Amino acid sequence: MTYKTFLASTAIVALTTGGAFAQVIGFSQIGSESGWRAAETTLTRMEAEERGYDLRFSDAQQRQENQIAAIRSFVAQGVDAILLAPVVETGWDAVLEEAAEAEIPVILLDRMVDSSDDLYLTAVGSDLVHEGAVAGQWLVDTVAGEDCRVAELQGTTGSSPAIDRKTGFEQAIADHDNIEIVRSQTGDFTRSGGKTVMEGFLQAEGGGAGICAVYAHNDDMALGAIQAINEAGLKPGEDILVVSIDAVPDVFLAIANGEANATVELTPNMAGPAFDALEAYWADGTVPPKFIQTESTLYTQADDPQGEYDTRKDLGY
Amino acid sequence: MTNARLLPLFATIAIFMLALVICFIQFPNMFSTRVLGNLLTDNAYLGIVAVGMTVVILAGGIDLSVGSVIAFSGVFIAVVLRDTGLHPMVVFAMLLAITTAFGAAMGGLVHALVMPGFIVTLAGMFLARGAAYMLSIDSVPIQHEFYDVLQSYILLPGRGRLTLIGITMLVVFVIGMLIVHKTRFGTAVYAFGGGEATARLMGVRQGRVTVMIYAFSGFMAGLSGIVFSIYTGSGYSLATVGTELTAIAAVVIGGTLLTGGAGYMFGTFIGVLTMGLIQVYIVFDGTLSSWWTKIVIGALVLAFILLQKALLHLARRGNEVAYA
Repeated sequence: MTYKTFLASTAIVALTTGGAFAQVIGFSQIGSESGWRAAETTLTRMEAEERGYDLRFSDAQQRQENQIAAIRSFVAQGVDAILLAPVVETGWDAVLEEAAEAEIPVILLDRMVDSSDDLYLTAVGSDLVHEGAVAGQWLVDTVAGEDCRVAELQGTTGSSPAIDRKTGFEQAIADHDNIEIVRSQTGDFTRSGGKTVMEGFLQAEGGGAGICAVYAHNDDMALGAIQAINEAGLKPGEDILVVSIDAVPDVFLAIANGEANATVELTPNMAGPAFDALEAYWADGTVPPKFIQTESTLYTQADDPQGEYDTRKDLGY
Repeated sequence: MTNARLLPLFATIAIFMLALVICFIQFPNMFSTRVLGNLLTDNAYLGIVAVGMTVVILAGGIDLSVGSVIAFSGVFIAVVLRDTGLHPMVVFAMLLAITTAFGAAMGGLVHALVMPGFIVTLAGMFLARGAAYMLSIDSVPIQHEFYDVLQSYILLPGRGRLTLIGITMLVVFVIGMLIVHKTRFGTAVYAFGGGEATARLMGVRQGRVTVMIYAFSGFMAGLSGIVFSIYTGSGYSLATVGTELTAIAAVVIGGTLLTGGAGYMFGTFIGVLTMGLIQVYIVFDGTLSSWWTKIVIGALVLAFILLQKALLHLARRGNEVAYA
């Protein structure tokens, strides 16, 4: 009897101290392998805190078995919803079925799984082709009909961001004969790769005279290219336009200095749209679409790059 | 003397009990059949591979190849099922033959070249991981309908699930205990761990036993790979990186002497459950970094090594007193 009272009172204490009606959300994150992912984790925590959720965070250290075990524990705990950034596409059926049977909605963040789509509520992610298209459209608008020879720094050969971002950019410039990709090579998504490849392009194109713009599949390669352009005695951002994708903090410094022109954001805030979908689902059972595309916002020199840098620099990039 | 031998096992059980009490006080709702079922299911592959590891360590050896062998097994099963019409049971038999032969070959090298198991199985670790990559770099889903049967479970009261793979682990532990404590092979394993001189005195045929020890570990790694493929329903060449070290930690926390010769299979079982419990605790808490799992396991391993050293020291002093 006393034992039961003890249990009941601890439960009450736990409830009152934890905020009476806080929704409990489990988040199984892949790990912290890149600055972008660290920023995603930070933003998810911030979003959860703002909305008054009790976020249970589990870092899987790149191991699927850890993620599966964490999701099972979330189910056993009876959380109200689960966010999952899956490390690999396959192998989720059994554990997602378990969550579905317990009627716990699961939302995928930024990566997909190959399971049937009725096993999760929705997936939040960016459209990589669209990102490339936004960058391409910016260039089309900026050169406004003048001839422009473009050098392209591709991501890792064969990787899906490299393929999709190339496709999107090409689609955007397809109807504009004034813009032409004259050089295209892989810089492996790295700063040093971007610099080396750009040096080669500049030499091949008469010291850079033949190139009017650089399109890099990510910001890091663009930053490398900026270095190469500077060393060749040209002014990046003026003599050669620079546009890239990701919107990491460092590129905003380059934009603020006038050395880069534009970047397209791959937002690490996947949790915001996920929580919005969850709230609508809880409120009146609104079932969201199976894929929620995050915005691919374009940032240029007119968009307060210094301010954007300041808001991003502490997110863990 | 018997008491000193049992002491690490008692320490293992005491730590597990302590962990249970801590969990119970902080998260009373952790004690459900659901968590119990999860504990067995999530650690099934680890438990099975730890049975093989216990035998190797009891014999004074080590097998670093098992994590890679598990990954190879998963990819092998997935690729063969995808590309041929073979029944999974046939594929399992093929796989177990391969991994057992792989283990036996490593055992043969350890004996023939008089090399430490550490070196030979390190080579085996790279070989098996490389072979997994050769089969497929991408993760391969397994869609065979027989896998639905293998993924079945018994629903316990309280919505817990006792899965087939969880039961498999329990059965493997019972078989492991019988082999280690009731067979001639088991006696030979303990004799090996006690030093080659002891083994020779006992008339153990060293080459044969060495091959059998590593073959046993290879078989268990293959079985663990099958269980892992059922667990995830896919094969992935990057899976279970470092699992060999987790298994070694489970054996040590289970009270087995890392240099061999002393320990119990049952201790390893408790060791695996303790590690699983730590992981569940950290997920239930939800604010602790999951790296704490590693820190706690590291601390426990260290504590057990110190405990074993202290016992050895005491035993030696006891002997000196006896001789004096």
